[in-house]
Amino acid sequence: MTNLPYIVASYAVTLVIAGGFSLGAWIRLKHARRQLAAVDPRGRWQ
Amino acid sequence: MDAISATPAVPGRSLFRLANPGRFMRLSGRVLPVLIALGLGFTAVGLVWGMFFSPADWQQGDAVRIMYVHVPAAWVSSAGYVGLAACSAISLIWRHPLADLAAVEIGPVGAGATAICLITGSLWGEPMWGTWWVWDARLTSVLVLFFLYLGHMALVRAFDEPERGYRAGAILALIGAVDLPIIKFSVDWWNTLHQPDTITVTGAPTMYVGMLWPLLFAALGFSFGFGAIVTARLRAAVMERRLRGLLLARAEESLAS
Repeated sequence: MTNLPYIVASYAVTLVIAGGFSLGAWIRLKHARRQLAAVDPRGRWQ
Repeated sequence: MDAISATPAVPGRSLFRLANPGRFMRLSGRVLPVLIALGLGFTAVGLVWGMFFSPADWQQGDAVRIMYVHVPAAWVSSAGYVGLAACSAISLIWRHPLADLAAVEIGPVGAGATAICLITGSLWGEPMWGTWWVWDARLTSVLVLFFLYLGHMALVRAFDEPERGYRAGAILALIGAVDLPIIKFSVDWWNTLHQPDTITVTGAPTMYVGMLWPLLFAALGFSFGFGAIVTARLRAAVMERRLRGLLLARAEESLAS
């Protein structure tokens, strides 16, 4: 495969940035859900 | 109580039905798993197909495989900005509180997609053009899009009063929308090193079908993935706002008693 380092770097950059955003959103959602459950025991939004 | 919790739903107006946070949370809770599944599925199929099973280009060789991440990221970054501008318009015209939150949450994700587009474009340009960067119209207008996203992110957080930040950010986003047609038509209006569009809405694609399908799969995957990340962030933002409202109400109660 020609230009392999450029191809691998492109896919890696995409995975790191997209993965970072996905992980960040998941952690933030989990954190918010846990905090809201502690304050609002009705938990209708979780 | 905070603005988003206090906003009444206006019956019969679908846009305002979502202003009710409970309704939005119920609906988005059902939609989010579907978006995640579609995003992961289409992206995985598109990228594996593009990386291992699509043919190499007769001129570019295997470097053309960068297209399967670069082009979807470019489409999503522009589409994300359309979403940001739409939320800004809704925010300015109807003062829709969820539109403000959506605009705030779209900004960083759109900036991330634009960063992917710029970096992968640079990684594609070096072996094909012999340079990482040129100041041609397409590359420069996409860089401007990246700065517009960053500017919006900074502006909405620059005020003590969030409402003022939302208004200022919305105005910037709407003015910045002029960059979108410039990005789209830059390769037609000016002589650019960047190639012209091979896929258009009106004309037949000038791309080999064995490359077109994985590209479309990856583009669908990136779009659903973008939607999933923004929806997850928006759900978190609504919960955080609800939490702040509850804590403030409790603090006021304890101060009053």
